[in-house]
Amino acid sequence: MSLDKSTVRAIADLARIEVQDEELDHLAGELSNILHFVEQLSEVNTDGVLPMSSVADITLPMRADVINDGGYPDKVLANAPEAAEGFFTVPKVVE
Amino acid sequence: MTTLLNLSLAEARDALAKGEFTAVELTTAHIKAIEARRDLNAFIVETPDLALDAAKASDQRRKAGPAGAMDGLPIGIKDLFCTEGVQTTAASHILEGFKPPYESTVSARLKAAGAVSLGKLNLDEFAMGSSNKTSYFGAAINPWKKASDPAARLVPGGSSGGSAAAVAARMVMAATGTDTGGSIRQPAAFCGITGIKPTYGRCSRWGIVAFASSLDQAGPMARTVRDCAIMLGSMAGHDPKDSTSVNMAVPDFEKALSGDIRGLKIGIPKEYRPVGLSEEVAKVWDQGIEWLKAAGATPVEITLPHTKYALPTYYIIAPAECSSNLARYDGLRFGLRVPGKTLDEMYRKTRAAGFGSEVRRRILIGTYVLSAGYYDAYYAKAQKVRRLIAEDFRKAFETVDVILTPTAPTPAFGLDENTDDPVTMWLNDVFTIPTSLAGLPGLSLPAGLSADGLPLGLQLIGRPFDEETVFRVAGVMESAANFTAKPEGV
Repeated sequence: MSLDKSTVRAIADLARIEVQDEELDHLAGELSNILHFVEQLSEVNTDGVLPMSSVADITLPMRADVINDGGYPDKVLANAPEAAEGFFTVPKVVE
Repeated sequence: MTTLLNLSLAEARDALAKGEFTAVELTTAHIKAIEARRDLNAFIVETPDLALDAAKASDQRRKAGPAGAMDGLPIGIKDLFCTEGVQTTAASHILEGFKPPYESTVSARLKAAGAVSLGKLNLDEFAMGSSNKTSYFGAAINPWKKASDPAARLVPGGSSGGSAAAVAARMVMAATGTDTGGSIRQPAAFCGITGIKPTYGRCSRWGIVAFASSLDQAGPMARTVRDCAIMLGSMAGHDPKDSTSVNMAVPDFEKALSGDIRGLKIGIPKEYRPVGLSEEVAKVWDQGIEWLKAAGATPVEITLPHTKYALPTYYIIAPAECSSNLARYDGLRFGLRVPGKTLDEMYRKTRAAGFGSEVRRRILIGTYVLSAGYYDAYYAKAQKVRRLIAEDFRKAFETVDVILTPTAPTPAFGLDENTDDPVTMWLNDVFTIPTSLAGLPGLSLPAGLSADGLPLGLQLIGRPFDEETVFRVAGVMESAANFTAKPEGV
């Protein structure tokens, strides 16, 4: 499948990455090449094959539903680009 | 001091135990070596003061009582492992300045075993690359030179390129790496060192910056098979904080190096000899087969019929998982923030400024293959082919004990080569990706030199959680190869 510029724009929007208009042509070409490359998988007969999401042949373990961590807001916020009063701060979300 | 730099981990461990030198002396020698080779750009952060403190503490521990398995041995940590209080960037602008308030399980285990960290090693951005050129902090450089063009700067491979360069240039005795599609094995081959990606689940992924969670696995990179065995023993083990880390005893990997491989069956997959495989790579592979035969093992031709689909499968699954994992970089809680008028604009601007072009490309591909209407055609299809690839290996291991292949299709290439087309760059990992998709252990060791004087690696692949047989065969092959060549200036 070849991607057009508007599809690339839509993907970039979904991924929340700003892309300049002048980059769209180049990106559409590059991403289309990659899709052509991976589309050779359509040759493989996968009828009746279960998708493999992990090689780990294990049942995911359960743990007790108890608080076992926390109590250090300063550490949690230490790397925040902006923080105030013990909270992360963001641009205004609700008008 | 040069003699201290050329010791193996095992030799240094034994010499420290005998009191022939101190951890402080050993660490100081390596700090000087790091200062002398800054041209290789192997480190993103050097931590000489922390290293000397750790070395002093190690010397004191040793005086007071029994020492740890890696006590006083100076190593480097790939800058993908979170290290408490020390900047961890994944070689990305988006994490520049991030100082984790916690330590990854693997690096914590190494510290608990007494290892001394000299700092954080360069890599491809978010471990996405095969050249180390995608690092925001500039490419690490391979210490090896082409005989025909000694002025040309070569890539160390990737993504664990800084780790491989630092080990090869004797700046560290060993280093941690991570491997998602070949990121330990290919740089080990390019830099003439040894590295193993253990079985998926052998080492905890907790505290390692995530790329593709169903594939990522940590492993050691060092100059000998024995050193990798020693170091893996200090990295591996169950961790309740990673639900995919297996609850299984860690064997004494070093004990597996018996030197005896009589009667073992070595699988030689015919699909790994494609038309156009470089003659010198084919030659070193044939040589490897002969070495194992001479040691009493039997080569057996096997077939892994879905090999050619491994690369396209990987380049759906890895970007899909990456696009999901990297959604966390939102400018809110850590790392870079580029202001925007709205929350959404802040996300877009932050992620545009913070991610490099290869990472952006993979996020976009991953977003596309996971999007409504395309999920089944791409992602689910790739997951099905992944099962077929894993089945190929399962069947092969019904008849053979270990599989021998080349590690990479070429020796190290120049910094300015393979830049135009991302798919060409991805071909570097054609021999390592199938193993990753199947979650199997794979070890690369140096087996010879190309006509141009560059190291060539061979890969040994084992059954799940049978790193011991891989180490055993690798030990025999290492003795036969007797790879004593060193890069210039070492």
